[in-house]
Amino acid sequence: MSAAASTEPKLRVNDATKVYSTRSGDLLAIDRCSLSVKAGEIVSIVGPSGCGKTTLLWSMSGLHKLTSGEVLLDGAPVTGPSPEIGMVFQDANLLPWRNLDANIRFPFEIKGTRPDRVWIDELLNRVGLEGFGGRMPRELSGGMQQRAALVRALSFKPSVLLMDEPFGALDAFTREEMNRLVEEIWLDRPTTIVLITHSIDEAIFLSDRIVVMSPRPGRVANIHEVPFPRPRSLEIMSTKDVFDLTNSIKLEIVGKQQSRYARTSAIAPAQAAS
Amino acid sequence: MSDTDAIPQFKRRRGGGTEIGVAGGMSALAAGPGIRSVREVLAIVLVAVIIIGGTELLLNLFAVPQYVLPKPSEIAVALVSDFPLIAPHLGHTLVELFAGFGIGAVAGLVLAAVITQFPFAEKIITPYILLLVTTPMLALVPLLILRFGFGYEPRIIAVALASGPMVMINAATGFRRVDSGKIALARSYGASTLQIFWKVRAPMALPMIFVGLMVGSIFGLLTAVGAEMVGGGFGLGNRLTSYSSMIQMPQFFAVVLILSILGILIYVLFFLLGKKFASWEA
Repeated sequence: MSAAASTEPKLRVNDATKVYSTRSGDLLAIDRCSLSVKAGEIVSIVGPSGCGKTTLLWSMSGLHKLTSGEVLLDGAPVTGPSPEIGMVFQDANLLPWRNLDANIRFPFEIKGTRPDRVWIDELLNRVGLEGFGGRMPRELSGGMQQRAALVRALSFKPSVLLMDEPFGALDAFTREEMNRLVEEIWLDRPTTIVLITHSIDEAIFLSDRIVVMSPRPGRVANIHEVPFPRPRSLEIMSTKDVFDLTNSIKLEIVGKQQSRYARTSAIAPAQAAS
Repeated sequence: MSDTDAIPQFKRRRGGGTEIGVAGGMSALAAGPGIRSVREVLAIVLVAVIIIGGTELLLNLFAVPQYVLPKPSEIAVALVSDFPLIAPHLGHTLVELFAGFGIGAVAGLVLAAVITQFPFAEKIITPYILLLVTTPMLALVPLLILRFGFGYEPRIIAVALASGPMVMINAATGFRRVDSGKIALARSYGASTLQIFWKVRAPMALPMIFVGLMVGSIFGLLTAVGAEMVGGGFGLGNRLTSYSSMIQMPQFFAVVLILSILGILIYVLFFLLGKKFASWEA
């Protein structure tokens, strides 16, 4: 833990450690992860599957309790779900018995507050779901469901948005469309976003910084700055700098695993040497 | 983008073709065929006419005596002419059914909701509920009559005991269907345990609750009629024993017909309720 930075980070994770007790013994999911996120920053977390990304994110949201370590939101410890935090889950996670409008009303029913209709209508317009309020979730495509989930998460104007592989279930084109949508909304109204993803392209497109985690137990292996200007056009995304960054992150995630297959793979040793 | 986005499944629902009933949990009991066109209605009527008319014809042809099997026309006549005599008994049966089923269903629902919150308690209690489900409650009726006499009480108790566990076991299955993602969603907004119950668990259990209510009420009807046949001077079950002992077969079958209609009405009621409140489950 360094001394207090010049500006207080929006979200700070100090030595987060989580041990799951399972039938076959204790399992160390994440080990002393530390991370700080500035207000209005987008940070992605990438890493091999099972490295504890979701555990880390759910701990940030207050849904999981850490075994040791702490999460600070605006300097105050997070001990449970906070109205300042909006979550977007792996699948859209809409309630199937409620139509779209009622799904977006759901957080307000729980919190006992009044929805800001003007803001919600603006969001619905922005994501192209205006006029779909009466539709049931099963009548919406996967992309539409995920857009609805995004509207629901932003509806109560959280200052932090935590996204757990939000677009993992979508096809590549819909996924890119969603990424552009998140960027657009963020450019309009910079929210602090922490995003878990399996897609390095998505991470580079959206993030200010990318956190690479090591395989289990999850540790923060490296943090990359993503210096490209926004909005990140197709031209920017196809430059050599982006390509190089993609490759170095890929190597960090896959490199160590790939060395196991070094004999059967011709490119792995050459790349590892570079 | 929005129009091309809409999945074809939705269009298929409107465009006709296969009828999507109340699917999922309800499908086993409630996925009744929907009536679609005039042609289908005609076919249904035609089949009914053939079956009833054919029975009439065959019974005439083979000169089957009325005490063995009355003709459909005789049953119809008995139903109309004796209905004023049967109606009060129908009323008694309905009272027993409503009271017994009401008590049983409420107790079953409450028990299911509470018990599924405590897995350990559920493990201990479930065998006894299973025992109640599998034991025919009719067996207890003579005992109940000894204790409570020939009035409504023993019957209402028997109906409650027959329908309650049925409601409970199905509702518990519904409440046990935990979708941890939906619960995490509610929790992320700071939902209390009670809010999670009313806003997530209960709606998710609703399709199975309707299945339980349907099966429970049919079981209740069976038990009410059975209990009336065991003892006491009123109720449709009592009419069945009385008419058969007097070999009044048309009246006997008229009562059977009333019971069938009652059963079908219960089925349709819960089918429609399920369609209205639990059709989201696809």
